[in-house]
Amino acid sequence: MTGPSPILEMSGISKTFPGVRALSDVSLTIYPGEIHALMGENGAGKSTLMKILSGAYHADSGGEIRIDGKPVIINSPLAALHHGISTIYQELSLAPNLSVAENMLLGREHRSGPMIDRGSMENACRTVLAKLGVTFGPSTKVSELSMAERQLVEIARALIANARILIMDEPTTSLSSRETEALFALVRQLRADGMAIIYISHRMAEVYELADRVSVLRDGTYVGTLERDEISAERLVRMMVGRDLSSFYKKDHDAKGSRGPVIFSVRNVGDGQRVHECSLDLHLGETLGIAGLVGAGRTELARLIYGADRRISGEISLQGKPLAIRRPEDAIEAGIVYLTEDRKHLGLFLDMTVRENVNLNVLGRDSRVGKVLNLKTARARAAAAIKALGIRVAGDIVPVGSLSGGNQQKVLLSRLLETKPRVLILDEPTRGVDIGAKSEIYRLIDKLVRRGVGVIVISSELPEIVGICDRVLVMREGRIAGEVGGAGHPPITQENIVAIATGVKEAAA
Amino acid sequence: MTAPNETSASLQTSGAAAVDSGTQSLQRRLAWRSTLQAIGMLPVLIILGIVFELMSGRFLSFQNLSIVAQQASINTVLAAGMTFVILTGGIDLSVGSILAAAAMVAVLGSKIPDWGMLGIPAALLMGLALGFINGALIAFGRLPPFIVTLGSLTAVRGFARLLGNDTTQFNPELPFAFIGNGYLFGIPWLVVIAMVVVLVSWFILRRTVLGVHIYAVGGNPDAARLTGIKVWAVLLFVYCASGLTSGLGGVMSAARLYAANGLQLGQSYELDAIAAVILGGTSFVGGIGSIWGTLIGALIIAVLSNGLILVGVSDIWQFIIKGLVIIGAVALDRYRLKGSART
Repeated sequence: MTGPSPILEMSGISKTFPGVRALSDVSLTIYPGEIHALMGENGAGKSTLMKILSGAYHADSGGEIRIDGKPVIINSPLAALHHGISTIYQELSLAPNLSVAENMLLGREHRSGPMIDRGSMENACRTVLAKLGVTFGPSTKVSELSMAERQLVEIARALIANARILIMDEPTTSLSSRETEALFALVRQLRADGMAIIYISHRMAEVYELADRVSVLRDGTYVGTLERDEISAERLVRMMVGRDLSSFYKKDHDAKGSRGPVIFSVRNVGDGQRVHECSLDLHLGETLGIAGLVGAGRTELARLIYGADRRISGEISLQGKPLAIRRPEDAIEAGIVYLTEDRKHLGLFLDMTVRENVNLNVLGRDSRVGKVLNLKTARARAAAAIKALGIRVAGDIVPVGSLSGGNQQKVLLSRLLETKPRVLILDEPTRGVDIGAKSEIYRLIDKLVRRGVGVIVISSELPEIVGICDRVLVMREGRIAGEVGGAGHPPITQENIVAIATGVKEAAA
Repeated sequence: MTAPNETSASLQTSGAAAVDSGTQSLQRRLAWRSTLQAIGMLPVLIILGIVFELMSGRFLSFQNLSIVAQQASINTVLAAGMTFVILTGGIDLSVGSILAAAAMVAVLGSKIPDWGMLGIPAALLMGLALGFINGALIAFGRLPPFIVTLGSLTAVRGFARLLGNDTTQFNPELPFAFIGNGYLFGIPWLVVIAMVVVLVSWFILRRTVLGVHIYAVGGNPDAARLTGIKVWAVLLFVYCASGLTSGLGGVMSAARLYAANGLQLGQSYELDAIAAVILGGTSFVGGIGSIWGTLIGALIIAVLSNGLILVGVSDIWQFIIKGLVIIGAVALDRYRLKGSART
């Protein structure tokens, strides 16, 4: 793109969180009147970069942000707004109990003396809303609007703040195709008016349709930018994935040659909202992966199977016997356990001791008359778990909250293993876990599979899925969109998974 | 019991470092530290005792300590029930009203000719039933505990007045008057009952599956549900327990006074019970705390009331000083524990 000078230049941006380098030396140049798509795998750093731009995070020192060629410091959301940067997040940030006008001018209400001047506010908003061609008025309550309409309110809010750079983070996630079309038309109109739009999306089709240029991030680094005529799916996928597998993923069992009988089967499970008619078969001696983008419905599917959320359709059977799972306790009783992706909030009891956490699921089973705790067994179980999984801890009465991520995950895993499960559903088993603990967890999974436990692994880390799974189902928009690795399916590669997850390829299921 | 090692030991991963046997003493130190944490307010209690003794010269006499223990007993019983509730992250504001209703039932029941002792089980049942209603609304109706028990604080108070047609009920021949005024081996019955309640509570909280589940629900309700804990059953239990201890408190009050009055009895007892629990170091958001702490908290409140009277502080200043000591003691506790895992 030649001609106009860039409206925004980010250079040398780095961001370090405790223990993690989320961004390193990232640069990005945006011109006025362009739709600039930003792509990358889950965790590539897109959101972090945008949060720095919108003032939610502070970058590490060393980088520079220039607007219209002048260096600026964006240290708060307000400063970002002041520089003409507006963000529309995935989860909309409107107050549903307030009116459209109140939301659009939140924090910048019009006043006459000490009183709020609703009339003047609504007039100002009406002009902007008319430009967007909406059907609702400024005094409508946001709670009465659809998701698509709320998004328009967000855009109107950006316009009324005189935004010149609009960041849109997966704006079509909750829109129907007709609403998406309308949004695209509006985005193009904004571009024609000279607005710079940074458009984050996982969906290839949208990027093709909208983007003037695409920049790709991978593992917190800037990979490159493609001009409009260079954009191709293969090229983008390669840029997004582009990693070598290491021997890090150890797998002694091999299910490819000798796949056992089906031990666990799920048919047409759905919740009517985010998961639709998902079916899967887990064979004896295989590790089944479930891949997909964030929001594709992987965790939701697992929770439905486990009975954590209400299932409106579908059957689940274990070794041919149908199961009636309504609550988690039913699933545990049947031998199906679920490792949550959010161990701090949904898994562990951080104030309770390692011993209590390890034993929590089997207290009843071990207890004596009248559900009195069996302290001896509890101690023995905790000691055995600490030894077997190599949990590094000073003693078993240390609160779990004081352990490192990897050790916390091992405690949670041992709690599940104590129930002697027949099927383990592991949701992001190595999230927030250091490299050493990671490989120990992989080895543990391998060992469990060899012993005949069914293991389903949900992971956003493609190398992990490719490295440890024998077969991978790929979800997209609440459905199982395809399979890789099984007989008659494409081989397990990151490229094949990304292609199905983003909808480049409609894989033959 | 099958060998627990079987599950995990055979899964042993590589040569990962683990805890060796040399950490026995460390383990003991950790246990000691958690005990210290549980009785964190004990120094405050002791200091208060010494200060009042120095100022009055008769605080630490056996006779006076016996009076303090009796004064603490009813609040200890209520606070024990309250400990269960607060450990789950809830609150029970209705204990004073339930105490009044149960005391009315106890006195009315005691008037049944020849069967006067029936007043005790009747009062306990009344407390249990009212606690059950609280618990059912919270566990099944998913209503906030503060709102539910605020409602029953008022409604049950009215119900207690209704029971005796808004009059004070006397029974000079109360068959279970010994509970309020008698002694067992030289120890007041009130104190014996309070100690039994504390011991039973300790046993339930620390030695049963239910107890662990109570801590789990309070510490992380979402995780508790995903773990397969029947959260509704735990909630129902704790409010029933609080109702039952309030009923017992009603029996104790009635036995002490030979009478009950629906309007005045138990007024603002819920605040003393909550204060005892919080003084005892139990976290208001649930999941952390112990019954021993609650006992010490209840004793601190009783010592303050008794000691301030002995020292001759006026009624008005007693209120002010009590309130400030509660705030100060808890603030001290929070600062002391700042470094630990507590939030």
